[in-house]
Amino acid sequence: MSKKYDAGVKEYRDTYWTPEYVPLDTDLLACFKCTGQEGVPKEEVAAAVAAESSTGTWSTVWSELLTDLEFYKGRCYRIEDVPGDPEAFYAFIAYPLDLFEEGSITNVLTSLVGNVFGFKALRHLRLEDIRFPIAFIKTCGGPPNGIVVERDRLNKYGRPLLGCTIKPKLGLSGKNYGRVVYECLRGGLDLTKDDENINSQPFQRWRERFEFVAEAVKLAQQETGEVKGHYLNCTANTPEELYERAEFAKELDMPIIMHDYITGGFTANTGLANWCRKNGMLLHIHRAMHAVIDRHPKHGIHFRVLAKCLRLSGGDQLHTGTVVGKLEGDRQTTLGYIDNLRESFVPEDRSRGNFFDQDWGSMPGVFAVASGGIHVWHMPALLAIFGDDSCLQFGGGTHGHPWGSAAGAAANRVALEACVKARNAGREIEKESRDILTEAAKHSPELAIALETWKEIKFEFDTVDKLDVQG
Amino acid sequence: MPFQSTVGDYQTVATLETFGFLPPMTQEEIYDQIAYIIAQGWSPVIEHVHPSGSMQTYWSYWKLPFFGEKDLNLVVSELEACHRAYPDHHVRIIGYDAYTQSQGTAFVVFQGR
Repeated sequence: MSKKYDAGVKEYRDTYWTPEYVPLDTDLLACFKCTGQEGVPKEEVAAAVAAESSTGTWSTVWSELLTDLEFYKGRCYRIEDVPGDPEAFYAFIAYPLDLFEEGSITNVLTSLVGNVFGFKALRHLRLEDIRFPIAFIKTCGGPPNGIVVERDRLNKYGRPLLGCTIKPKLGLSGKNYGRVVYECLRGGLDLTKDDENINSQPFQRWRERFEFVAEAVKLAQQETGEVKGHYLNCTANTPEELYERAEFAKELDMPIIMHDYITGGFTANTGLANWCRKNGMLLHIHRAMHAVIDRHPKHGIHFRVLAKCLRLSGGDQLHTGTVVGKLEGDRQTTLGYIDNLRESFVPEDRSRGNFFDQDWGSMPGVFAVASGGIHVWHMPALLAIFGDDSCLQFGGGTHGHPWGSAAGAAANRVALEACVKARNAGREIEKESRDILTEAAKHSPELAIALETWKEIKFEFDTVDKLDVQG
Repeated sequence: MPFQSTVGDYQTVATLETFGFLPPMTQEEIYDQIAYIIAQGWSPVIEHVHPSGSMQTYWSYWKLPFFGEKDLNLVVSELEACHRAYPDHHVRIIGYDAYTQSQGTAFVVFQGR
């Protein structure tokens, strides 16, 4: 039915607050935590978010009438209180599928977390979760390889992968850097990692690093008889440079490369994931800058959204925090988003922070990477929390061993395997952690010394961003 | 006054992937691991290879995968039969998961020479 043009400013809620609306299976659903300015009704705030993140602008415009906005508009269909927070509320918004370009995470985020976050009627706004419809998921490339293929390529079964970041983060020459890689891998690690801020600095240009690392990986593989790898960080200043580095890693016959998906950007990441799929290369994803966006409980984007976006954009491994180490992360919340990295269906579960059912269809899974301030004593808890489809990375916990990185690596490998063996035999590994590790150390002087070295280190600070529950 | 530093010398060892860093398992410990494979609903698979080929993707099957086998003793006796037939080969057991088309676990039970 045609409408007449009526210039002026209408209340958003007249158009965008539709509590009677039943979302379609093809709609993209979002849950925002909103904190409005004082005196602005919840419905108006929620409707403003729906409008500004979809078709609306602050004024009625004549050109709206050239199309059928009823078909294209986002709708707020539900408002809920936030438990334990009287001033914030959740707004649930449904967006029609046609608002988004197929396969473009960049496009989805530009709409959903674009201008609306600076909107004056809001004091704070946080994107808590997105339900991607399967119709959209089927247009995304996703992980270039996924968990199953990565295990087959690396020949690692029945346990988490074991890795570490090369330290010091910055300042080593290529040759010295390769030496540290070699020490870790010959000691029993599966994978080593470039630190995220290693790109191509004057003290160590990328080509020099790639060559020495490749030699180290091949040598360790030959000597240990096991498959080894190193995440060669290809993150660069321009897409051209990014691809040049990836191509060189392939030329050196390396199995895995690395990218920083938030500082590098979703467009770069999706392109690189496509390159990896085409070239049989595994892709490790780091998340520098995420805490700027996801740590504030009332503003920004929750990491579960960034994790879902990465699975769609493409990556075979993603950093997820450790729960027990030096970096922020609550256990239930972490379990909620690692499910979304690895499973093919994740049901709504508010106790894990998942606001929607999420069907991933046949999209491959992503390894959850736990890294940051962890050491051998954490091993039982890490295995219990993250399970087998994870990559556990001990930086300081490897290089800080009194005998050096190779012995540190061996200590971690012994501890990991002892925990897996105990779990499989039906023991409660978190409760019996001390016994399991002490028994294993009887056969491994490297582990005995590691246990002694790190016995007092704990990181017990309260989590800043907790699940919203009535306290 | 000590004449040597307290730093130990870590020697590289050739290992065979999962559980390669643990001492050889006792018979009872191996039974526990096979019981775990069966309890997960995975199918036991026995594979063997001459040590010179240990890095190959494909090792030889012993017979066929034991699809749906729940009898721990049968699996153990097949492992032993494989070891008797190929005493100089590595023999590994796999918990095969047909749902993921992956190996739930895999480890070497008998090391060849």
